[in-house]
This record gives sequence, C-alpha cells and structure tokens, in this order.
Amino acid sequence: MSGETFTFTVDGVEIEAFPGQTIIQACDAAGVYIPRLCYHPDLEPAGHCRVCTCKIDGRRSSACTMPASRGMVVESNTAELNADRRTVIEMLFVEGNHFCPYCEKSGDCELQALAYRLGLAAPELPYQWPHRELDASHPDIFIDRNRCVLCSRCIRASRTEDGKTVFGFERRGIHMRLNIDAKALDETNIAAADKAVHVCPVGCIVIKRTGYRTPYGSRRFDQAPIGSDIEVKRAHHPAKEGR
Amino acid sequence: MAKPKLATCSLAGCFGCHMSFLDIDERLVELVDLVDLDKSPLDDKKDFDGIVDVGLVEGGCANEHNVHVLRQFRQHCRILVSVGACAINGGVPAMRNLVGLRECLEEAYLKGPTVEAGGLIPNDEDLPLLLDRVYPSHEIVKIDYFLPGCPPSADTIWEGLRALLSGHEPKLPYKLFKYE
Repeated sequence: MSGETFTFTVDGVEIEAFPGQTIIQACDAAGVYIPRLCYHPDLEPAGHCRVCTCKIDGRRSSACTMPASRGMVVESNTAELNADRRTVIEMLFVEGNHFCPYCEKSGDCELQALAYRLGLAAPELPYQWPHRELDASHPDIFIDRNRCVLCSRCIRASRTEDGKTVFGFERRGIHMRLNIDAKALDETNIAAADKAVHVCPVGCIVIKRTGYRTPYGSRRFDQAPIGSDIEVKRAHHPAKEGR
Repeated sequence: MAKPKLATCSLAGCFGCHMSFLDIDERLVELVDLVDLDKSPLDDKKDFDGIVDVGLVEGGCANEHNVHVLRQFRQHCRILVSVGACAINGGVPAMRNLVGLRECLEEAYLKGPTVEAGGLIPNDEDLPLLLDRVYPSHEIVKIDYFLPGCPPSADTIWEGLRALLSGHEPKLPYKLFKYE
C-alpha cells in the first residue's frame, strides 16, 4: 500500500482507501461487508457471480473488480440490490443439485450462508435437476459437480497459486461446466495441499475423510452470518458516518 | 371466539418434521390453548369438514396420492406452510430425480444385488402411481410460507406457528434459520 489515501462513501459511510484498492478490498478493511461469492481475498478477482454488484455512481458494477476512486458514491445494502443478490443465489440453488441436509459442507458453505444472510427461506424458481458428474478417482480429493457454482476460484488458484492448470471451464451459458485437464482427477497433478482444493466456497471440491468432523453448532456459519468477521472490524473502529 | 384450527400432513417425508414438532415439549400444553387440531396424523382425523386456518405440509410429492392430499390441504387451509427440506425442495426422496424413475425402480426391484431369480416391479392397483420425479410442494400448489430445516427445530416450528397464529409473518432469528 503506497500513495495518499482518499475517501469514498458506501451507503453514506465514509471509507478510506489506497490507490489501487478495489471497492470490496477497501470495504473489507473498513469493516463494511458487501455480499460476495466468487471473490476470494487471496485470488485475482473475476467478477463472475455478480453477487457483489453495487450501484456505483448510479451504475451497476461488481465491487470486486471496480477500483475505488476519490468521491465515489456506492450503494450496496439496499432492498433492491439485496433482492437481486437473493435471486442470483436462488438461481444457483435450482441450477445445481444442492441437498444441504446431507452435504458435508453444510454450515461451512458460502452459498448456504449467503442464502441465510439474505433471508432466502426457499428457492421458488423451477428446479432444473441437471445431470452432473462425480469424480472420486483421486485418493485424497473428490469433485461433486452437483454442487459446483462455477465461481472459478479453483481455476484461478490452480493457475496463480499452485502453478498448475488442473481446472478450467468448458462450454458456455447454462451448459458451462467445471473441467479438469485429464480424463479423471487421479491423472492430474493435483494434491490435497493445493490452494485450489481449499478455496471452493461450496461442497464441490472436497478432501476425502474430512467430512462432518466439526460438530453442529461449531461450524463457520452456525452462530453468526457470513460477513460478521468483516463487520466486527467496524464495531471496534467505527468509520465516520457521512452526511 | 373459537380457537384457530391447525392441520398437518406428511407426504413424501420421514415424519421427522412431525417428531420435531412434538419436540416443543411442555409448550404442547400452551399449543392446546392456542389451536384446535384438525386433520392430522397426530389425531388421525381422516377428512376435512370445513376451513382450517393453518396447514403444515411435511414432505414433497412423490406419487399421485401426495398430490391429492396436498391439493386437499390447499383447498381447506387459509395459510399453507411448507415445513422442512422435503416439502421445500424434495429432500432425500428427490435424490431419485438425478437417476430417473425407471432406472431407480429397475435398480431396486430387478438388478439390485439382493434380487434373486428375477424380480418384479410392484404394480398393484392399490399402490399410488409414482410421479416422474419428486416435486417440491410449491411446484404443485401455492405455498404461503416456508419453514426450512431437516427437520426444522422444535423452536423453529414453534416460532413460525406462533407468529402465524398471531397474524404475523414468520421471522426466524439467524440461529433458527437453517437448511439442515
């Protein structure tokens, strides 16, 4: 971080930012949570999921890719934007096969946690029940594409963090699927210690023999909503309320 | 003034939501003061004989009988609530949606490892016809409210029901708002 800081506002709250920071980075540092799914602080932003879409000076854009600039006026926590976010999450639920009750990621799943935070009691769009493939060929890792939300975190992590190219997308639109660079996962050079295995927000890429270890009640999102860890920073260092 | 009436049903579910409902423990005494139980597996009342204020639906629709009961509930309940994962998205029974009905029946009755000397897919006229897939309740009839969980905890059902009986929308606190 170098250069002079500047300020912009999010929902009327003044946020301090460094040149080069995106809106979501500056907000995270200031303790203001913007809901997001494909964004991961350790990876290059992709702007895929559109959950972090905000109104920036009146125009919609993803907060994870948009650089913050002086005097910017950002709207995030509004009924309209949260309703849109809820619909995006709802579409992801019906486009895949998400069975929370017996999924080992439940309680630790960012898709589920976003649905909780945004108050999605039940997806009401028509369920698609797509045919999705499972790959349990690798001794330590399995892929359950029923739960894939096409966030591309594993693709980015494999390339930039692991120096591999295990994952990629194939096809477009509703037919897009997570691909691997071999016929089966055990033919790739993936390892359980790879970053790509640990950044999956849902239960798609899972390390074998680790499921259901954390008891109900102690999992990441059991007690407090997703984003609480970011918002707690603001409680300790309250930002200046604008206007 | 007469007490509001409550009806419940279990469609393609496991009765876990009803068990969870009974887990409200001593609040059952309070419940008796709040409602009259109408058609429900809990009192074994077989048919509706009038309009009921609140209906709780457990389970999705896996066969034509489920659809028949659900439609009866919609016709007779002022407020209809989907309770639990199966009513909301089909739940565990909806795992068969990923396989297909024929393949599923063949695996269970013809090709399964415990089938000896050629099996038979049941086709008795007394058996309700299976649907092509398991449907969430709201894909069959209009559902007014949803109480998620597998099952929803006793506190979740109690909070939801109490809100509805006092004329409010169920607003669950974070710790009661769970999909499992």
